[in-house]
Amino acid sequence: MTDRLEVRRTAKLYIGGAFPRSESGRSYEVTTHAGEPLAQVSQASRKDLREAVVAARSAFPAWSGATAYLRGQILYRVAEMMEGRRAQFEAELADAGAADPARGVSASIDRWVWYAGWADKLAQVVGATNPVAGPYFNFTLPEPTGVVGIVAPGNQSLLGLVSRLAPAIVSGNTTVAIASERSPLPAVSLAEVLATSDVPAGVVNVLTGRTAELVPWLASHMDVNGIDVTGVPDELLADTERAAAENVKRVHRAPDADPFDEAAQSPYEITAFTESKTVWHPMGA
Amino acid sequence: MTEAIERPASAAPPWEYASAPESTDIVRLDHRYGLFIGGEFVEPKSGRWFPTISPSTEETLAEVAEADAADVARAVDAARDAAPAWRALAPAERAKYVFRIARQLQERAREFAVLESLNGGKPIKESRDVDIPLAAAHFFYYAGWADKLEYAFPARGTPAPVGVAGQIIPWNFPLLMAAWKLAPALAAGNTTVLKPAETTPLTALLLAQVMQEAELPPGVVNIVTGAGETGAALVDAPVDKIAFTGSTEVGKIIRRSTAGTGKRLTLELGGKAANIVFEDAPLDQAVEGVINGIFFNQGHVCCAGSRLLVQEPVFDALLGKLKDRLQTLRVGDPLDKNTDVGAINSRAQLEKIEELVESGVEEGAEIYQPECLLPERGFWFRPTLFTGVSQSHRIAREEIFGPVLSILTFRTVDEAVEKANNTPYGLSAGVWTEKGSRILHMAQRLRAGVVWANTFNRFDPTSPFGGYKESGFGREGGLHGLEPYLTFDGGAR
Repeated sequence: MTDRLEVRRTAKLYIGGAFPRSESGRSYEVTTHAGEPLAQVSQASRKDLREAVVAARSAFPAWSGATAYLRGQILYRVAEMMEGRRAQFEAELADAGAADPARGVSASIDRWVWYAGWADKLAQVVGATNPVAGPYFNFTLPEPTGVVGIVAPGNQSLLGLVSRLAPAIVSGNTTVAIASERSPLPAVSLAEVLATSDVPAGVVNVLTGRTAELVPWLASHMDVNGIDVTGVPDELLADTERAAAENVKRVHRAPDADPFDEAAQSPYEITAFTESKTVWHPMGA
Repeated sequence: MTEAIERPASAAPPWEYASAPESTDIVRLDHRYGLFIGGEFVEPKSGRWFPTISPSTEETLAEVAEADAADVARAVDAARDAAPAWRALAPAERAKYVFRIARQLQERAREFAVLESLNGGKPIKESRDVDIPLAAAHFFYYAGWADKLEYAFPARGTPAPVGVAGQIIPWNFPLLMAAWKLAPALAAGNTTVLKPAETTPLTALLLAQVMQEAELPPGVVNIVTGAGETGAALVDAPVDKIAFTGSTEVGKIIRRSTAGTGKRLTLELGGKAANIVFEDAPLDQAVEGVINGIFFNQGHVCCAGSRLLVQEPVFDALLGKLKDRLQTLRVGDPLDKNTDVGAINSRAQLEKIEELVESGVEEGAEIYQPECLLPERGFWFRPTLFTGVSQSHRIAREEIFGPVLSILTFRTVDEAVEKANNTPYGLSAGVWTEKGSRILHMAQRLRAGVVWANTFNRFDPTSPFGGYKESGFGREGGLHGLEPYLTFDGGAR
């Protein structure tokens, strides 16, 4: 048997269901936690981010209009696909310096399953029929906010991203996610999983690159309706919130909690990016 | 009201209205009103006072204190001092204070209604039948939540108040907006500093008297009067939460001011609602809904149906009916019980309406106004329709906040949805059709926080209200309206 040369993966962006390199032609080197070179990763530009927002906006009508049952099954399918690639995720988490890579992958898979089950239950828990003082039928439903930007936490490069992504898309939002800058490879692999999980193109877009460079463009983009700032460094938070004012973005930061803890998953993380819509109709013969 | 309204023969009723003025004797105004801080009316440290007028006569009704940053700080301190005891009070007892406020408002409803119309210019039949009853109902509704908070958000943890809330309200529904802000905040155990609008402070100050009569502990509710500077001082003060209702422009300024502070924020901002009439709609009901949608409260309504989208086959018929109906609207004295359209709230608002209407004419839309005579003094604007409006016109894009309706047409359901959603706002929408499946389809596709189907401008304390997109975030009313005033410990979040 002759020695076989390994086929290496090129780590690319994930935009509109495709895997392009950054239009800027830039990449940056990612190392292991110990400092060993791991890979070159695309360094997304403002233009890449804008392309990702266009893709997310295009995907919104169909994804938000899909039945909750279908969205739930697709999120579950993500878990199935991750399970099949867990060796790869574990290796990447180990490179990233995770204390217990297997636990991190298991928790990430289980988080998809947990949120998958919320798809067709959320409206029953946080919706309402409202007993107004008059002859009207009145009900309130949660609806997705629209295009949501997600700044993934710098640590917990897989579980951190999944914990922000799953609650955002289960309600019908579409997303542009900025991966952990230091350890982006699990996010790149997650994008490859998403591309083969029946998640429609554009529902999740994943950008790798410099967080400080991309966040201001995400925060100020006029066609992004909400931004999850969980991974925004403290020193950038005020500027991010200021930029978000321009189109009255919803800004949400996940509460500090151990991501492995059950408290880190909550239907109220879903409602952080939903809008309550109330409908009135007269009752009469 | 003595002004005659000329009507075309087709629309003119065969009789004249006799004037039916509501007596103002029930209102006893003081010469001056201080700031309501720590349960008492106090002189402002600023030393400044400003007159508050009746927009229908331009007469000064009273002088009101203008709070500066030091006054606001004093009010916030009072709220902070009152917070521990209010928070620690048995929830059932807290509920009873809020019930008391509701009851006392009902008891003094007529007085509040007259004062609201005097100070704000809205027709007495609206303040009497809508604003004041709804304000009382809001207190009554939220009172009952005070000792039931743990049932509101399942598995979210133990609910606790946020702390001190700074609340800034507009001039279009002065008392009702105060109720929307105060009732959920108090029920949830917060203490508050409320800033009424510059032009309409008087019913909030009367409400302060009600708080005294209810023996609400001093400092639980504080009321600081003033203009934009006072509001800015409140936003910058060490409060835990800001709740603002007003323009999108100011909402964005507040969002920037609070950036990085960790202050909780809810915003109820502007709107440019589409009111959509399909060809199969019950036209006479739709006409009433369209008229109510834009002329209720002189169009000073953030959720006003200011863009009418009419399906082409019924455009001529609907326009004819709208013009006829416009002729029968009675514009004038807010205190006359027959009045449909009262005074514009302020000279500044009148000028803004005039400027936008002028832009509509300049951009080529066709204007229609009934030939009613307007009183000589005060601020008035004729109910106005624009046809030939395109989506790019300013009158189709910008919030006018006045009695001005822009009429556009559409052919298909998809086109109606597309046009309705083609706005940075998303507060409300209306749909008129006899087809049930189409109502639900439209309700699903309209990107707006409130959808009225075969009705418009309905409000209820149990019904959440608030916007999508640049119309703001957070909800007021209903169970959902409690959330901004609570924190949660020990549960899912």
